[in-house]
Amino acid sequence: MPAEWIWELDGWIVAAGILCAMSCALLGNFLVLRRMSMMGDAISHAVLPGLAAAFLMTGSRDTWAMLAGAILVGILTALLTQAVSQLGKVDESASMGVVFTALFALGLVLIRQAADTVDLDPGCVLYGLIESVWIDTVSVGGRVMPRSVLVLGVMFILNVAFVTVLYKELKLVSFDPALATTLGYNANVLHYLLMTMVAATTVVSFEAVGSILVVAMLIVPAAAAYLLTQRLGAMIAVSLVIAALCGLLGHVGAIAVPRWFGYGSTITAGMMAVVAGVILLGALLLAPRQGVLSKMAHRAALSLRIVAEDILGLLYRMEELAAASPQGAGGGRVRFEAAYRALDSGWLVTRAALWRLRATGRIQRIAEGYCLTDIGRQQAGQILRSHRLWERFLVEQAAVRVDHSHSAATRLEHVTTPRLQEDLRQATQDAAVDPHGRPIPRPPDRGATGA
Amino acid sequence: MMVLGSQLWAVLTLQDYNTRVVVLGTAALGMAAGMIGTFMLLRKRALLGDALSHSALPGIAVAFLVMAGAGGSGKWLPGLLLGATLSGVLGIAWIVLIRSWTRLKEDAALGIVLSVLFGAGVALLGIIQHMASGSAAGLEGFIYGKPASMLQADAIAMAVTAAAIAVLCSVLFKELQLLCFDPGFARAQGWPVARLDWFLMALVTAVTVIGLQAVGLILVLALLVIPPAAARFWTERLWRMFVGSALIGALSGMVGASVSALVPRLPAGAIIVLVAAGIFLLSLLLAPQRGALPRLWRHGVLRRTVARQHLLRSLYEMSEPAGGRGGVPLSALLARRSWSAGELRRELRRARRQGLVQVVEGLVELTPPGLQQAQRLVRNHRLWELYLITHADVAASHVDRDADALEHVLGRQMVSELENLLSAQVRTEVPRSPHVLSEGTHAR
Repeated sequence: MPAEWIWELDGWIVAAGILCAMSCALLGNFLVLRRMSMMGDAISHAVLPGLAAAFLMTGSRDTWAMLAGAILVGILTALLTQAVSQLGKVDESASMGVVFTALFALGLVLIRQAADTVDLDPGCVLYGLIESVWIDTVSVGGRVMPRSVLVLGVMFILNVAFVTVLYKELKLVSFDPALATTLGYNANVLHYLLMTMVAATTVVSFEAVGSILVVAMLIVPAAAAYLLTQRLGAMIAVSLVIAALCGLLGHVGAIAVPRWFGYGSTITAGMMAVVAGVILLGALLLAPRQGVLSKMAHRAALSLRIVAEDILGLLYRMEELAAASPQGAGGGRVRFEAAYRALDSGWLVTRAALWRLRATGRIQRIAEGYCLTDIGRQQAGQILRSHRLWERFLVEQAAVRVDHSHSAATRLEHVTTPRLQEDLRQATQDAAVDPHGRPIPRPPDRGATGA
Repeated sequence: MMVLGSQLWAVLTLQDYNTRVVVLGTAALGMAAGMIGTFMLLRKRALLGDALSHSALPGIAVAFLVMAGAGGSGKWLPGLLLGATLSGVLGIAWIVLIRSWTRLKEDAALGIVLSVLFGAGVALLGIIQHMASGSAAGLEGFIYGKPASMLQADAIAMAVTAAAIAVLCSVLFKELQLLCFDPGFARAQGWPVARLDWFLMALVTAVTVIGLQAVGLILVLALLVIPPAAARFWTERLWRMFVGSALIGALSGMVGASVSALVPRLPAGAIIVLVAAGIFLLSLLLAPQRGALPRLWRHGVLRRTVARQHLLRSLYEMSEPAGGRGGVPLSALLARRSWSAGELRRELRRARRQGLVQVVEGLVELTPPGLQQAQRLVRNHRLWELYLITHADVAASHVDRDADALEHVLGRQMVSELENLLSAQVRTEVPRSPHVLSEGTHAR
């Protein structure tokens, strides 16, 4: 914790940030899955005139009036977006752009009109006032707590209740709206319920993190969780954890990070969005299945295995050629450059494959280059066996021409399991030679091949 | 009143130097955004401008910090705009990466980039606010826009941008058109689709960065989206939409800037957007072909025509043994088709007003002009039924419903072709019905 951390103050700020982020992230999961992320953006901008109108009419910052005004305008945004895109046959995203910018502009004008009577700063609309949550407190059961922590806590509980009660329906509508409709669920009603909850959460979070950072909390944790998981339940859980991290690290970062560069502290809400962005970037790079790095690693491992198998096959064929030629000697050895040229593979991957084959004792280094060990020869025989069985099969059963069978078999040999090899043996009636007349190596131990 | 009148005159004739700069500058900006927005809208990338403008904020803040750190005032505009451009490009690159590397979709990519980069911008602004110099005031102008502080140089920059975009888009008009309507075909024809996309995005970046000062980064999207969306209602041709969108953008800029110069306490950026939104609403409702009201009107006219034709044909068929001259009781007419009593009564009232039917002793009957129309309708209906039976092999019991839908849109040309085709079967003025006419052909 940074030096001037005071639990009575910073603790409440972090609590408000975490509750706000978790409320938003919970709903955000369904926005991301339904490809409506920008609807969150639109609603969070468009509630501005609702807030301003509530100010103008009541003349005060009464929470209930603000909430009602903003929810009404939030739903109106969803309705208008749909109406404009249907009435005018406009692209949905364009219609959203028209509706929310017009409403936001209206809100700005209204705020300007209200500026004399009510203290409302457009800046606070954008970044919120999370740093001063502890100024406005209420007493709950004898304990004094900031009002916004209470409000955000209630909102979080409401959102949890909403998602729990309608979990099955939300899941169905998110993944297969057509099926939901045929099963008799009204996707439209659910859509507007979700929009109502988003609008309410937006308004409640406004004071804490401001309008655009609501968007960050709605979309980013859910998007990061989407990259990290394969199931909806897990996605929601992970998004909540990420949201909580944003709340905590956002405030710590707002105090600590600018110090590193010799500046003063900064706005917590902005830092929360930055933390969310960093976590998303991490997920994007490191996620076990979807991550960019893991995809690259997976691909690299695959190409390493294929090149290694190709080297074994190459050496085995050279031994065959050497045995068949009258001179006999000098066969079954390959230098790096020759392997590299013959296999048409990358320099680095060929080096790595040779290193790995040596490390696992399948080839050994001799004066004239590399040659197979006994283990290596056995494995190479298996690969060649798959290759030649495939050639035989393709020519006999799939009507592939003899001179075309090699390239297809080259690709198939790397994905042939012992079981598949056994099936091929049966399909080709225990063939002993391939279509080119070369012998098909026997399996080392016939009893083990089927296992 | 006098004061306001003279002010209005001063604004409208652009006498005041400041007003002239602001009005002409925003008009040029609106025009530029309208032109480039046309292609973005048709490319279905309307909301990209939003992500772009939000991601400009951290660039502005970093540029300020760098320039202030180097000893300058930090508010040298070209430097700030350079920062905005760089971080805008970074934002676009991030969107492209998220879209192509992960299973996240376009909407999530836009939302992520705009909110995270804007958040970073807010955090940086927070740092700047706490700096001792206190010279940061003014950077927030980029968020909401401050057209009133526009200088002549800014207005000239906007005019140059608009002119450059007009020239570039005209030169590449054909390529951009292809890109918007059929990118797959464009790629197959060997056009550099990716490079054209980057070209479009470069132009959008330029307009966004220039527009930040005038309307602010939240509302610059409105200038990119609303004018083309409004122009789309008025035409089906791209170049007309292009010109229309430019004009609507320019008009919104001019009117909005003038109004906010006249009336105190109206933020100009917001007023410009509201003017554009007003034009959009008018277009949505009133445009002759695609507008909502004319479409509803045409729909209503068609519905009334169909209802009238149903009434006339029913009356004729029910009194056909008497040559269409007998009266029909209302209850029998009601059972004839799937219309409600209210609908039938409304239709009867309308037909009586038009002199097509009359009510004699409680029975509904056709007047001579009504009989003439009814005969023609029944004839068309049965011609089509015969055609379906003879040439499309539809069973006689099934043709009534198909013919029911088609009879209303059979043109004169079509009818005479049908007559030629079916001349052997049609010998009378009104051919006999090929199927049994039941009391209630369409069960309720």
